[in-house]
Amino acid sequence: MTENTANPPLPAGDPTAPVVDRNQWWDVWAQFRSHKGAMAGLIFLVGITLFCLVGPWLWGIDPTTLDIRNKDLRPIVNALWGVENVSWAHPFGTDNLGRDIMAQTMQGGRISLAVGWTAMILAIVIGTFIGVVAGYFPRLDGLLMRLTDLFLALPLLPLLLVMMLLFRDPLRAAFGPEEGIFILIVIGIGITSWMQTARIVRGDVLALKEREYVLAARSIGTPSRRVITRHLLPNVLSPIMVSATLGLATAIITESAVSFLGLGFPPDYPTWGKLLADAVPRMVSFPERVIWPGLAISLTVLAVNYIGDGLRDALDPRIRGQ
Amino acid sequence: MLTYIIRRLLISIPALLLIAFVIFMLLELAPGDPMASMPLTIPAEVKQQMREALGLGEPWWVRFPLWLKQFFIVEPAYWIDSAFGTDLAGGQQRIISFQSRSPVFDTIAERMPQTLWVVGMSYVVGVAIALPVGIISAYRQYSVFDQAGTFVSMIGFSVPPFFSGVLLIVIFSVSLGWLPSIYDTTHSVTDWDSFVFQLRQMVMPVMVLALQTTAQISRYMRAAMLDNLGQDYVRTARAKGMSERIVVLKHVLRNSMIPVITVIALGIPSIFGGAIITEQIFKVNGLGQLLIIALQGNDIPMVMTLTFLFAVLIVMFNLIADVLYGVFDPRIRYD
Repeated sequence: MTENTANPPLPAGDPTAPVVDRNQWWDVWAQFRSHKGAMAGLIFLVGITLFCLVGPWLWGIDPTTLDIRNKDLRPIVNALWGVENVSWAHPFGTDNLGRDIMAQTMQGGRISLAVGWTAMILAIVIGTFIGVVAGYFPRLDGLLMRLTDLFLALPLLPLLLVMMLLFRDPLRAAFGPEEGIFILIVIGIGITSWMQTARIVRGDVLALKEREYVLAARSIGTPSRRVITRHLLPNVLSPIMVSATLGLATAIITESAVSFLGLGFPPDYPTWGKLLADAVPRMVSFPERVIWPGLAISLTVLAVNYIGDGLRDALDPRIRGQ
Repeated sequence: MLTYIIRRLLISIPALLLIAFVIFMLLELAPGDPMASMPLTIPAEVKQQMREALGLGEPWWVRFPLWLKQFFIVEPAYWIDSAFGTDLAGGQQRIISFQSRSPVFDTIAERMPQTLWVVGMSYVVGVAIALPVGIISAYRQYSVFDQAGTFVSMIGFSVPPFFSGVLLIVIFSVSLGWLPSIYDTTHSVTDWDSFVFQLRQMVMPVMVLALQTTAQISRYMRAAMLDNLGQDYVRTARAKGMSERIVVLKHVLRNSMIPVITVIALGIPSIFGGAIITEQIFKVNGLGQLLIIALQGNDIPMVMTLTFLFAVLIVMFNLIADVLYGVFDPRIRYD
């Protein structure tokens, strides 16, 4: 144990001793920092988020600008082995219409990350709600868990594709081409991926609501709503956060898969999956165009998975401090 | 056990009916029109007649039971007829695809072998790699091998098949030129050379799918082995002087396989979903590609039937997993 050497115990009853305000989240953060993979993941995730959010602003090239004279430029690394066709103006190269690939990767990342985060939050909200209600109210438990089982038995990717194809036109008409598809894809991913969270939360709530402090809260007349928000939700936060990281990873992959299959956003609206799909027919001549968006997706998901791993360790009080 | 299986089978019937209803209503609510791709010069009343000829004139409460009857009674009847030469079907209407105007199940039967070959083989390969990896990772916990295994399975979780597949094509087909990038389904194995060709074209799709399987199952195998390695009976076995080989491969492995077998069974339906993307990359004309084509062509009977078949697979393998659990673990009693 390094705990004692790092923090020598303060002499008891010393009024001048500084009161260190250490709440639980500082401990979690300290444990999280000791997980190298998770820290690397966090740094990468923050980095790529900044790259996508701030990047277009600094870079200043619009991803949809056509520059037909500078089409099919290779990435700048090719200059090392003497390829002529490169330009410092387009370090990632340009595509067959002369659009800057770096700007497209940034724009695509914005959409992919936005879809991933929103869909994950939606799935977590639905899952937590259903899990808490099913765990807390025995009368609704059977019904809600049968519903969860039903959703788990649905073939999700085919159904998501069906939803994407069938509802795109009315939503496009109602909200505009980009927003309509965004709403559709977020809702689609959200309502097909809440089930694991609901099961985990229900299990935890079932165990927690028999504990003495919940009984004490109930016996002084705390209404159910307050018991849930004050006593149950904070205690199921750790499994929710871990399943949120998993949810973010799967949401990014699912969105890319749907875009890859050509059922996602409209053609001039790049996402990582779409850039990858567009590059596949020409990958014999320009393999790097497949690599950039593919690496972006894979590394982001890898980073999120490592963060989830670190969070799981950091939030588990049995491991913390070791 | 038998009563449990029968009870579960009886429960799965309403569940499947409900799933069929959900899929049907989703397709029904959707505003897609199979006539949308027809030329605009066709007059409206002719279009209406064509729509009725496709069976779309009736309301849903007529068509849904009709579809159920076709799926559960008429199609099996045709299947028995062709197998035994009987005449149960009596020329009843089968489920007809909007696109090809041929029975849906004939097309599915044509596409099934390709999917089964690629998907089935990849699952077998994935499991065959995952089990030893999981066992060694657990036995030598925190060793270099274990760290590497953890890292590779993290990659397997994180790299989506549409990137790993494309990456393999870039490396092995484009740069090195070793393997064909397109799966030739008309190829038939007749002699040694054609067998080698078949192997070469299967390597990449199988490896892409196997990576996903391996990542998942090796983790479960490792966790299950670790759970058991710390148990008292392992210490007893070692204390009796049994060789390490027997202890690990007989005592621990057998007990660890119980949860892993259910995971393997549960994973089979989801691999069909993953095959949708892999088939698209390697141009395998299997079931996944059929679904994509049917979706793009608004072929509602085909989409409905395929999606429902996927659902049947999921329900079936859930049941199989539960039964296997009971068979292999005598502590589990379902009655």
